[in-house]
Amino acid sequence: MSFAADAPARRRNLGQALLADPMGLAGLVLVTVFVLMALFAPWVAPYDPVALNVKAKLLPPSAAHWAGTDHLGRDLLSRVIWGARLALGISITSVTIAGALGLILGLIAGYGPRWLDSILVLIFDSMSSLPMIFFALAVITVLGPGTTTLILVIVAVSIPGYARLIRTQTLTLTGADFILAGRAMGAGPARIILRHLLPNVVGPLVILICMDIPVVIMLEAGLSYLNLGVRPPAPSWGNILSEGYTALRQAPHVVIVAGIPLVLATLGFTFLGEGLRDALDPRGVGRRWT
Amino acid sequence: MLAYAIRRMGLSLLILIVVMLAMYTMVFLVPGDPASLALGPRATPELKAELRERMGLDQPFLLQVGYFFGSVLQGDLGIDVWSRRPVLEQIVEVFPNTLILGTVALGWAVVTGILLGCAAVVWRDTWVDRLLAVLSVSVISVPSFVVAIYTLIVFAVWLNWLPAIGAGQAGDLSSQIRALILPAFALGLGWVGYLARLIRAAMLEVMEAPHIRTARAFGMSERRIVFGHALRIAIVPTVSVLAVGFGSILSSAVFVEIVFSRPGIGTLITAAVEKRNYPVVMGTVLFMTAFYLMVVTAADLLIARLDPRVRDVLRG
Repeated sequence: MSFAADAPARRRNLGQALLADPMGLAGLVLVTVFVLMALFAPWVAPYDPVALNVKAKLLPPSAAHWAGTDHLGRDLLSRVIWGARLALGISITSVTIAGALGLILGLIAGYGPRWLDSILVLIFDSMSSLPMIFFALAVITVLGPGTTTLILVIVAVSIPGYARLIRTQTLTLTGADFILAGRAMGAGPARIILRHLLPNVVGPLVILICMDIPVVIMLEAGLSYLNLGVRPPAPSWGNILSEGYTALRQAPHVVIVAGIPLVLATLGFTFLGEGLRDALDPRGVGRRWT
Repeated sequence: MLAYAIRRMGLSLLILIVVMLAMYTMVFLVPGDPASLALGPRATPELKAELRERMGLDQPFLLQVGYFFGSVLQGDLGIDVWSRRPVLEQIVEVFPNTLILGTVALGWAVVTGILLGCAAVVWRDTWVDRLLAVLSVSVISVPSFVVAIYTLIVFAVWLNWLPAIGAGQAGDLSSQIRALILPAFALGLGWVGYLARLIRAAMLEVMEAPHIRTARAFGMSERRIVFGHALRIAIVPTVSVLAVGFGSILSSAVFVEIVFSRPGIGTLITAAVEKRNYPVVMGTVLFMTAFYLMVVTAADLLIARLDPRVRDVLRG
């Protein structure tokens, strides 16, 4: 008795609702553009993003370099396009891992024994009581900066929110008639969880993850901006910003160019997330704020 | 109420202990030796041994944890490995800067957010409402350090109206205020949008209440209803959001402080992370966590005082 039978009908409505909402549509377009940029970076980018050309350093935008060049003469447009691959790659990898782990932990907390639930909730609460950036900086100090550390940090700070959402959903559903009926008919915990709980808790989780992606993109760029995220010369948007910052007065175009994709990507994912939420309207999906 | 207060504070204390333990275990379990990492590849074994001893790393784990808790209780967060100054002293020195920045940022966000939220309700379902809705979501999602860099370029570099870096001269209030304007603007902008949305949603719910209908029946103007009667009720849910918001604003303050080279907790901890200065990093994280828990707990107690229903939540 899951809602699987309703799924096709709901999906069609979701598509229509998203297209009818101008903000959701704008989000969908922006996200599509960035996904395409990330997928086809090697073909779309006019230059090698890490090729040095010191003679052409800090050039303003021109016909040869549409977005100008940075302090080492690297083409900014190419770096920004490859940056999309880094930003989306890192954020999608980490929220997927976090989503899967959050799902498992949330189901355990919601459906498992009470004592385990109490311990897990205490851990989730402790994790979310740490101001996010400070926790990230502590982990980076211990493990050293780099892409792997970055993904680990994002996974760690994202799990509690996802797990808590799944736990609440599971607790609400466990009392529902169709679960009780399933149990009365002799279904074991594995069957209840896989056949009845899982299909019903995944939807809200996907929306929460989508609304989290802008936060994750910001975190990746921010930590890279502090030189504590993706290591240079990789063209993370945060790296471009931080390298451009040193030449702010002579060549402001570097930071201006690097900021634009960051703004548009976070806007795109936020609009899409809002659109999805309005179209599906699941209750209890909030946004992470710390 | 007293029982609730004790339980709520006990929970915060428990969380703080879990956080401390986790942080300490993390440092202990890390592959590689913090002392050699901090000193670099050319350090002599004697130097390493000396630093290990100074950091207390030569003791067994449980003893280290015991010492750590003991000294934290005495207000000792350890000694900076590099400058040999007490960590707490450095934190206390720069924390007021961060606190002022966060308070001013949240302050202007609250005032502007409430005004915009009310405007959206007064002109609801018109183009003003829709424009404000789009603007709110947009400023919420834009990272504060990008706003910081853009405002820095425009107002400090191109127009040269405001200083680009620092926190102003000590004792010179007008220079301190001028140095505060851009960082506080950048830090608070996202919260303007968030609070405007929150106030609008809470307000629309209140507008259905019987006493608002009565006021309207008496012919009171929409503006007086919104500001005089509805706002008073709609503002309650924002109290708890503000407490969490203050924590998140102190988090984002790290980036804004770096952009404007403003002395504060963010500049302190970032410099320490680069040098792998464990005591400063751990001390700062602990301090900020304790501060954040304190603010959130205080807000919860305030809300429980205002709304008795909340007190039952912890029992469930």
